[in-house]
Amino acid sequence: MAARASRLTRFNIAALALGFAFLYLPIVILVIYSFNASKLVTVWGGWSLRWYGDFFNDQAMLAAAWMSLRVALVSATAATLLGTLAAVALSRGGHFRGRTLFSGMLYAPLVMPEVITGLSLLLLFVALDAERGFWTVTIAHTTLTMCFVAVVVQSRLGSLDRSLEEAAMDLGCDPVRAFFAATVPLIWPAVAAGWMLACALSLDDLVIASFTTGPGSATLPIRIYSEVRLGVKPEINAICTLIIGVVTLVIVAASLASKLSSARGESAAPL
Amino acid sequence: MAEDIANSGTLPDSVDTRLPPKDAPLLRIDAVEKRFGGFVAVDELSLEIRTGEFFALLGPSGCGKTTLLRMLAGFESPDRGRILLNGQDIAAVLPHQRPVNMMFQNYALFPHLSVAGNIAFGLKRAGLPGAEIADRVAEMVALVKLEGLEKRRPDQLSGGQQQRVALARALARRPQLLLLDEPLAALDKKLRESTQLELMALQRRLGTTFVIVTHDQEEAMTMADRIGVMESGRLEQVATPRQLYEAPVSRWVAEFVGDINIFEGTVEARDGGRLTIATRDAGAIVAAAPRQPGETTRICVAIRPEKVRLSRRGPVADAVEIGAINRLEGVVTDVSYLGGLTGYTVKLDDGALVRASMANIARLDIDSYAAGQRVVAWFSPDDCVVLER
Ligand SMILES: Nc1ncnc2c1ncn2[C@@H]1O[C@H](COP(=O)(O)OP(=O)(O)OP(=O)(O)O)[C@@H](O)[C@H]1O
Ligand SMILES: [Mg+2]
Repeated sequence: MAARASRLTRFNIAALALGFAFLYLPIVILVIYSFNASKLVTVWGGWSLRWYGDFFNDQAMLAAAWMSLRVALVSATAATLLGTLAAVALSRGGHFRGRTLFSGMLYAPLVMPEVITGLSLLLLFVALDAERGFWTVTIAHTTLTMCFVAVVVQSRLGSLDRSLEEAAMDLGCDPVRAFFAATVPLIWPAVAAGWMLACALSLDDLVIASFTTGPGSATLPIRIYSEVRLGVKPEINAICTLIIGVVTLVIVAASLASKLSSARGESAAPL
Repeated sequence: MAEDIANSGTLPDSVDTRLPPKDAPLLRIDAVEKRFGGFVAVDELSLEIRTGEFFALLGPSGCGKTTLLRMLAGFESPDRGRILLNGQDIAAVLPHQRPVNMMFQNYALFPHLSVAGNIAFGLKRAGLPGAEIADRVAEMVALVKLEGLEKRRPDQLSGGQQQRVALARALARRPQLLLLDEPLAALDKKLRESTQLELMALQRRLGTTFVIVTHDQEEAMTMADRIGVMESGRLEQVATPRQLYEAPVSRWVAEFVGDINIFEGTVEARDGGRLTIATRDAGAIVAAAPRQPGETTRICVAIRPEKVRLSRRGPVADAVEIGAINRLEGVVTDVSYLGGLTGYTVKLDDGALVRASMANIARLDIDSYAAGQRVVAWFSPDDCVVLER
């Protein structure tokens, strides 16, 4: 928008190009080399899909990918539920005592170093004597992503007109039904965006997963990381390209959903 | 109680042409109080509203009108007192179970539903069969003249159309009581005036009891059978528009509703139905005594500007002598031409400023006065209202 309003000078174009090169050159190189026919990472040997084939035959990698996907889906769903409930409670609970403290505490994990979150969860699971594996990683990821969902949904709820729900009650809905009839249709894009964000975060996470996982249940990032330590195989490039593809899709979908949500919001605002 | 005082005011009963039907009260508000923290928003308020009545709540901003309406709809619960609908206490009845619907000030239309969807919303909740819902929606759409717009979303409608949708949605469930919170505030003057007439016609046709909140006194006077004037959480007066204007019960109401001249003074003589009042800055004024004489002698005399007449010479001296006419002399200081009316301000020789308004009954200005001209302002004692200070 701003770029359209002001003129694109040569300087602006150069600055933009430099910035984007800085951000995306490494990724572009990775994507290109994932199609490299040569076994040596540093030598270009022509185009090939060989490493993608290798990945789809690597049982250990596929298992890790499947694990990551399951963790992402389950934890994102749980985080969306919990995060939405927290957002509703915080924005609808009125000004109860300690409300500011609670919303502050909801935001704190956003800036908490992952190492600390991971370590504290590990300590908790050890203390509970829980068998580490799929469920512990899923719970850990739910903890991590739920506050992101809560933030997204809360900002949407804050801009909603409270009288819509009252109108629904006035027209015969009990309070719970009024919430589902008048509020949910207006916040679902934000909820969906939160879910996708949670998915993407869970797919990305290495630190917390490596703290909380157990033997034999590595997620994809853990698996990749341990492979890379033994030397970069071109197969990793292929996997990373696939992950980039998936995450990009999810992020684009999430931003579309939240755009839809705020477009609805503008029409929801009275006059 | 306020109503009793108004009924026993100086006004003959025959002038009241708009008496509401004399049915049993639909709604009884009994000493209701609502506090927000330490702040009293509604203060021991009692009121009865009859079936089929068009009742207006009028008052300055922040006096508790919305709070009272929200208690009737069930969104707030009274801290004290009772609200009876058809004789039954509805304190424990949740909003969705009350036979009461509300039209919100901001309309609160569901943005994700079409016009028809909005109107059908309450009908679906009531569990009506689909065919009947379709019929009722069509009926409501016709009632508020929105034919052809059924499929539009609220953000594709003008303010006036949105307001009609909100009205149709609130009426669709056929409530016994319809609450309207400043329904016309968002409309421009022309549209507001035509909508007022439509609302009145609609209310007569349906026979639904309407309670409307407004801070526009002209709107209240145009539409309502009775008006309740609120101030700081209390009802100052409940009366027909005419009684409210011609027989206000307090100085506050007199000044809040319409324009009025007020002269402070003390009672000097009492002679049957006449009081002679010595005013501070307008000489002696003779006024009709209120039917319920007050104890205090420190009072004020109020007279509406349109009841003050101006002339070059004034009425015959005999009439003044016998106290049939009040006659005050002064100089015109200000003239404002308003089209149908001309407003004059006259500075009396005794010091007070008197406002008079005269209808411009002729096109040519034969009847007008210029600033600086000496005039006589005169009015009948029967047009004066005596109020406590
Ligand atoms: N939820 C609340 N918490 C605290 N105070 C409130 C609340 N709702 C209303 N009040 C106060 O109660 C008083 C009456 O409010 P209300 O909304 O009934 O006024 P109103 O007569 O409708 O005014 P307006 O004409 O401006 O709409 C106001 O002083 C307001 O500040
Ligand atoms: Mg209000």
